[in-house]
Amino acid sequence: MTTTLNGPADQRSPTQHSTTQKPTTVASQLYSSLQSRRPKSRLRQVPLTVWIAAVFALVLLIASLAPSLLATHDPRAIRLEAPLASPNWEHWFGTDQSGRDLYSRMVHGAGQSLLIGLGATGIGVGLAVIFGAWAGLGGRWADAFIGRGLDVFFAFPTLLLAMVFITVYGPSAPTLILAVGLGTAPGYTRMVRGQILAVRHSGYVQAAEALGHSPWRILNRHILPNALRPLLAILTLGIGQSIVWASGLAFLGFGVAPPSPEWGALLEAGRPYITEAWWLEILPGLAVLATALTATILGKHLESALEGSQT
Amino acid sequence: MTVPPLSATTEPYQATTADPTPVSPRQRTDPRLVVSLILRKLGGAAFVVWAAASLTFLMQALLPGDRATMLLNQQTGQVQERSAEELAPINEMFGFTDPLLVQYLSFLGGLLRGDLGVSYQLLQPVTTVIGDQIAPTVILTFSSLVVAWVIALVLLVLTARRVGWVSRLFSGLEAAAAALPQYWLGIILLVVFALGLGLFPVVGGEGPLGLVLPALTLGLPLAGFLGQTMRAEFERTLDEPFVLTARARGMSDTGVRIRHVLRHALLPGLTLTGWAIGSLFSGAVIAENVFSRPGLGGVLVDAVNGRDLPVVCGVVMLVALIYVIANLVVDTAYVLVDPRLKLTH
Repeated sequence: MTTTLNGPADQRSPTQHSTTQKPTTVASQLYSSLQSRRPKSRLRQVPLTVWIAAVFALVLLIASLAPSLLATHDPRAIRLEAPLASPNWEHWFGTDQSGRDLYSRMVHGAGQSLLIGLGATGIGVGLAVIFGAWAGLGGRWADAFIGRGLDVFFAFPTLLLAMVFITVYGPSAPTLILAVGLGTAPGYTRMVRGQILAVRHSGYVQAAEALGHSPWRILNRHILPNALRPLLAILTLGIGQSIVWASGLAFLGFGVAPPSPEWGALLEAGRPYITEAWWLEILPGLAVLATALTATILGKHLESALEGSQT
Repeated sequence: MTVPPLSATTEPYQATTADPTPVSPRQRTDPRLVVSLILRKLGGAAFVVWAAASLTFLMQALLPGDRATMLLNQQTGQVQERSAEELAPINEMFGFTDPLLVQYLSFLGGLLRGDLGVSYQLLQPVTTVIGDQIAPTVILTFSSLVVAWVIALVLLVLTARRVGWVSRLFSGLEAAAAALPQYWLGIILLVVFALGLGLFPVVGGEGPLGLVLPALTLGLPLAGFLGQTMRAEFERTLDEPFVLTARARGMSDTGVRIRHVLRHALLPGLTLTGWAIGSLFSGAVIAENVFSRPGLGGVLVDAVNGRDLPVVCGVVMLVALIYVIANLVVDTAYVLVDPRLKLTH
């Protein structure tokens, strides 16, 4: 197979090149040296998008921990006189088929959606650390074995892998979390393996080896901290991705059952009314998208910040 | 489109940058090397297919609970214990009571004959179930691939490394497109263009007109990914000395972009394509679902709901096979696009 795992270069996402690539021309060298001489105050360097993302993340956090602070209605209060009302002053995001306030339902569903994303990312990244570390540190055979295994798993798209799992265990929230976690694990494994290999062959590890430090000490003091530090960024990025996957599966009807205000469940519940009530699909989808973008922006920012602190 | 965020940069890309061989690219390669390379690639592909098939077999064999009971309950819509007499014909038909090794060998033998087993729900051969529905899905997948490449290439050549705000705007748009969940994009297109403007059929839609929105649903996010990946390489290549040389020879800007720079940017795009074909097939499930199109999507959703593992596994194996073939094709395409790879491999 070709599209696979060699060396540290290939776990970088296409968009981060500006922070990771060596400058090739005089102009870009000048540019990067100018960048590194930016003002000392770190807060001023934070771009506006990151601020917006941080504020949205805060709103999400409040919605998950104390939804009643943000909600305007009882998410379960049925108002049969106003079913499928379009967004208005009374109901900001409109109402569903039983007249329940969509905005309040979305606020109340945020926690569960985030929990699903968090759980799935935790499982995916957890498996990735185990197998990636095994591949990166276990020697040639372990690496070949895991590398081959990854080749095989990459032949299964995430969504299909998750669907196989749901077929076996039936749709439910825990199955969804496990399914998304398992589906995304191969990608993370490749990243962790690449990180560990990059660190293992770096100058400071060679120096430590030359100084005669024990392998255990080198592993604990140098390889693991440096290889796993980017994990924080991966985790943040991953939560957004997991929520998108989970909501996609929920949209197909494999998620949490509809009375729940979880975003995927809202998406599934709104499907029959798509021709008359677009807000029931578009707005929960927008919440998923905004969460994913927030996670991506924060993750990327974290990544470059961590890279900066390493050098 | 939601794709693991990290799949893009490439192995051949490394070959492009670090290329110390002073040999002329036109030099003939040893045919024995080519043959052994092809054999190794084919061997690797065969391994992946075999392992994927074995994994799906294991999943079916390790399904919790008695399969015959589950199957009968599924068909009759009841949940109850079944007597041995009731289960016997089913066990007979599917060979559930045979030793695992025998089941595995007959499964592999069946695969070689193109037999994917029998659906638990429909009691038809899985190949028939899939074969009946595969055509619309394949059409959708390939049209969205074409849509994605056309959009990505046009935007790339026109907007990469232009006046600050132009390239910033378009690389921002690419990032946004790549982040769009497919179902959501599909719904927006459906609401705006089919329900609102009435330009396209809302449901089903056989002919080419019904294909437009689903193909855009799958193609736009992929175009975002392709654009992001290729833009990085494209802009790097614009700094290369040979680009300056070409300009010095008096070549037009568009000419330089298309003849010299694009060739380099194609490589990461090709890698991504090989990888994306599998994920396009699974994305097609969602697009078909949004637009109520016929195809594998409906089959798959029904099979997952009915816990019809042979059908689900059949689709998964098919997608794995397509993925493997697509990557073999991509490998070949590399050598066409970048003759240096003949030597570096």
